[in-house]
Amino acid sequence: MKHRNRWVWLGLAPFALMVIAFQFMPILSMLTGSFRNVGGPGLTLDHYIKIMHSAYYLQAIKNSLLIAAYSSIIGIVVGLICAYSITRFAPVIRDRLLMLSNMTSNFAGVPLAFAYIILLGNNGVFTLLFKQWGWSVFADFNLYSWSGLVLVYVYFQVPLALLLLYPSFYGIRDQWKEAAALLGASPWQFWRTVGLPMLTPAIFGTLGILFANAMGAYATAYALVGGNYNLLAIRIGSMVAGDIVNQPELGSALAVLLALSTLLAVYLNHRMTKRSQLFTAAYASKSSSKRVLSRLTWAKVKEEAL
Amino acid sequence: MMTRLKASWTHRSLMFLLMIYLLIPLLATGLYAFAKDWQTTVLPESWTLEWVGEMFQDLRFLDALWTSLYLCLISVALSLVVMLPAVFVITVYLPRWETFMKGLVVLPYAVPGVVAAVGLIRTYSSGPIDIAGTAYILIGAYFVVILPYMYQGIRNSLLTVSAVELLNAAELLGARRMRAFVTVILPNIWPGVIISTLLSFSVLFGEFVLTNMLVGGHIQTIQVYLYQRVGESGHLASAIAISYFVFILAMSTILMKLGRKINGEVR
Repeated sequence: MKHRNRWVWLGLAPFALMVIAFQFMPILSMLTGSFRNVGGPGLTLDHYIKIMHSAYYLQAIKNSLLIAAYSSIIGIVVGLICAYSITRFAPVIRDRLLMLSNMTSNFAGVPLAFAYIILLGNNGVFTLLFKQWGWSVFADFNLYSWSGLVLVYVYFQVPLALLLLYPSFYGIRDQWKEAAALLGASPWQFWRTVGLPMLTPAIFGTLGILFANAMGAYATAYALVGGNYNLLAIRIGSMVAGDIVNQPELGSALAVLLALSTLLAVYLNHRMTKRSQLFTAAYASKSSSKRVLSRLTWAKVKEEAL
Repeated sequence: MMTRLKASWTHRSLMFLLMIYLLIPLLATGLYAFAKDWQTTVLPESWTLEWVGEMFQDLRFLDALWTSLYLCLISVALSLVVMLPAVFVITVYLPRWETFMKGLVVLPYAVPGVVAAVGLIRTYSSGPIDIAGTAYILIGAYFVVILPYMYQGIRNSLLTVSAVELLNAAELLGARRMRAFVTVILPNIWPGVIISTLLSFSVLFGEFVLTNMLVGGHIQTIQVYLYQRVGESGHLASAIAISYFVFILAMSTILMKLGRKINGEVR
């Protein structure tokens, strides 16, 4: 028994060391830092109070929340419609379409911001074309502003929403539609009273992931607007200069707030995934938890580059 | 069932629009990389290979590519060496820890890169272990980034080959534990592990946030280099962006092919 234990601990030790050093210690240091007095011992809520009284940081938080909310809601609406559409194709074509959509989501972060600058920036191809054609509707559009950011964020939200949502449409059986139609329901009535309620857990779960995604996205916004647009992630990033954090306590407090919002969103996803499994497990035989996990893994892959 | 096989025009045009929307930024970058003169026309007026040529002559680009490659390789190799025994031990001997592991694996999902970077810099910029701004802190951060893929990849492989039964059989036949692990378990889980390794590699290759914040001033990876180039020359930057994309694409194609092959074998 002793012999076996030694092997077990030997196998686990490097792993535990790495996780403690690079996962737990930083989180702990950030948490304690956010409650620490500047230049002295003792606990304090000063940094949080300071943030709550600073119009600047409040605006950053508000901007981040709004951009995350807008881009996730637009992303989920587009994703929902497209996900339904994609389930109407034969599996071979469906998989090809999904592959294409996933492929484009490799194009995230810096390269994505750059592509949009080529297209719609100050000297972008479309900007100049529209000007030449006299389409003055687009003259007011500014890529480096709120609307531009939402546009770019939506671009990376849609493939993700599509990927996470389309399997849940297979939980809705054609027979139910037929039954509803026989009972005199219009397609709209069916979707309002049967279809959408069935999809609700999946929708909110996906919304959680999209929201967390947009809240934490840094590279895209950073490459697009640099420090010029007031977002929470950008503010935190700008506090890090070289190897040190300026105002480390305040930076930690901001980081804790950002982490709290994404944690909440991911928790929402977790709860909703459980609930939607209750729904679909009984009907869709293939939607095992392993598949849910692997889809989440892919979602995470996309997130990394943002 | 006929409706399933042939999608209606509404669905077709919807998907067509979606694909156009998703592909336009990519196509634009691709065209821009080969365009000589592209001002007021839908397509470029003349083409050139100048930018691609310039890219390959740029020593900084080749340096950044090399840095990216070896940093990712070291991180993935380290992760493999650390994770293989750990996940093996947990899956086989300590299945009760799996709930804890699941929570641990979700954590990197929930903590954004900027937040992780602040924590890491706070922990390692002073005190006994001063490794801020060096490759060590980056490799550590990368380890956490790829933790979920490695864990899930290795665990799923172990479960598919029923590692516990295999191990029992090997020990029954007189193999010692270490020998059983190396000669029986490892060769069996290898294909699945290779997939998660490649996946991790391509994830790290595209990593920008942590790299830029932790070591941006000292170490240039391909993403950091691309970011610096965006402001300088648009055409050159698109050549870099598009070759990066082609590389990632090749990587994911290999991944998918491998995945299909292995799934086919299992079935």
